[in-house]
Amino acid sequence: MTETRQPARYTEYHPRWYRSRVSTWWWLAQWPYLKFILREISSVFVAWFVVVLLLQIRALSRGSEAYAAFERWLQNPLIVLLNMITLFFVVFHAVTWFNVAPRAMAIRFRGKRVPDFWIVGANYAAWAAVSLVLAWFLVRS
Amino acid sequence: MAKQSNEPVLWALFSAGGVFAAFVIPVHLFLIGLAFPLGWIPAPGYEYLHALVRLPLARLYVFALCSLALFHWAHRFRYTLYDGLQIKHLNELIFFCCYGGAILGTVWAGYLLWNFR
Amino acid sequence: MAETISLEVFRYSPERDAEPSFQRYDVPLRKDWVVLDALNYIKDKVDGSLTFRWSCRMGICGSCGMMVNGEPKLTCATFLSNYAREQGPLRVQPLRYFPVIRDLVVEITDFMTKLQSVKPWLIRGKEKPISEGEYLQTPEQLDRYKQFSMCINCVLCYSACPVYGLDPVFIGPAAIALAQRYNMDSRDEGAHERMDILAQHEGIWGCTFVGECTKVCPKHVDPAGAIQQYKLTATIERFKSFLMPRGAK
Repeated sequence: MTETRQPARYTEYHPRWYRSRVSTWWWLAQWPYLKFILREISSVFVAWFVVVLLLQIRALSRGSEAYAAFERWLQNPLIVLLNMITLFFVVFHAVTWFNVAPRAMAIRFRGKRVPDFWIVGANYAAWAAVSLVLAWFLVRS
Repeated sequence: MAKQSNEPVLWALFSAGGVFAAFVIPVHLFLIGLAFPLGWIPAPGYEYLHALVRLPLARLYVFALCSLALFHWAHRFRYTLYDGLQIKHLNELIFFCCYGGAILGTVWAGYLLWNFR
Repeated sequence: MAETISLEVFRYSPERDAEPSFQRYDVPLRKDWVVLDALNYIKDKVDGSLTFRWSCRMGICGSCGMMVNGEPKLTCATFLSNYAREQGPLRVQPLRYFPVIRDLVVEITDFMTKLQSVKPWLIRGKEKPISEGEYLQTPEQLDRYKQFSMCINCVLCYSACPVYGLDPVFIGPAAIALAQRYNMDSRDEGAHERMDILAQHEGIWGCTFVGECTKVCPKHVDPAGAIQQYKLTATIERFKSFLMPRGAK
């Protein structure tokens, strides 16, 4: 670990205590921390999706020619690549979100805490159902 | 209570956005960003989508999704900048940029959807 | 000679060293030995100057927490054999994010102060007279907080928490979990008092739900869950006080 290599920090009244400083790159040092940062970074891709969605709405509002241009823009290889990365991150967000749901909310039924498995399972089932309904609305040829 | 902080409000927006984003964004993004442009699934026509977004309920849905997802982003990104880069001395600037961005995005979404023809 | 395992142990003497260093020791690799046994072997047989804390050897006292290969562990419950196949020596360091007094001994006054600040004891508005008997509790009511009451104050969760490392004013996982332990207790009436401390930025709102505190907890307390659940409670209270500004305090 690099943190111990840094100079000791002066501690008032206790100048002889050794204090290490946290490296700026602490989140690279261990896999769980990197996973945490990736989870937080997923929010940037959530925001990117909002931008795409609003651009679509704008194009729809401006007429069929503007919308055709928007569809061509989506076929740009760079945008496709960006959207592939975005898909990875938004799925990562969904999975990490559902997996911690039972911890963030202690749901009780008949005086007992509902097992994590059921809460996570219910979330995934709802996710599948919501996705199907939305797909039903959007997939029309 | 001693002092009323804004944190609960921001956290509520963050959480609501997180839930909303987790449930609906993956399928939306898969369709709009990959399946339609790459021709895996035939894309819906302009007329159909236009009629769909004309529905007030659909517009309300898009507005809520955009706004909450942006507040979700603002909250996470703010803490990532604090912790990941250790730039706490820029606290206020980060705060205003993140939530300011979310507010601007919300206004943009509201403007587009309100004036949708 | 039987099989051995190498330990690289963090050494720091406040009188002698300006900077800490690592010292390497070879100890017998026994199937039934934990890291603490290896440290005691070093102290008894090799180097009496090695300093570390320990007491019960059975995961109850919470005093033998150290970083083992970069992870916060109770050394009395971490078997050497789990690391026998790993490349390189086993690294033993003092718990991260706390000042080091000497070798593997850290200063945890900061935690003790924070623990007291959340009032981890039963608070009653009015005590009932002894003649009226004890405060009864059903198994269901006990179940609500029991998990949080298992905490042994070993502070492994603080060493797992980057938020605490980056911002030492954060009250931290164990103190918040213990506050929840009393908040959830049917006999307690101190939730409002504690909320003043917990609902600050240095309280629950500093937490970004990294979740590592829960993973390293040797007692399965789940401090990360306690903090998230409390965020929800604090948010509901905040909206309630917004809707009814003149309502209950």
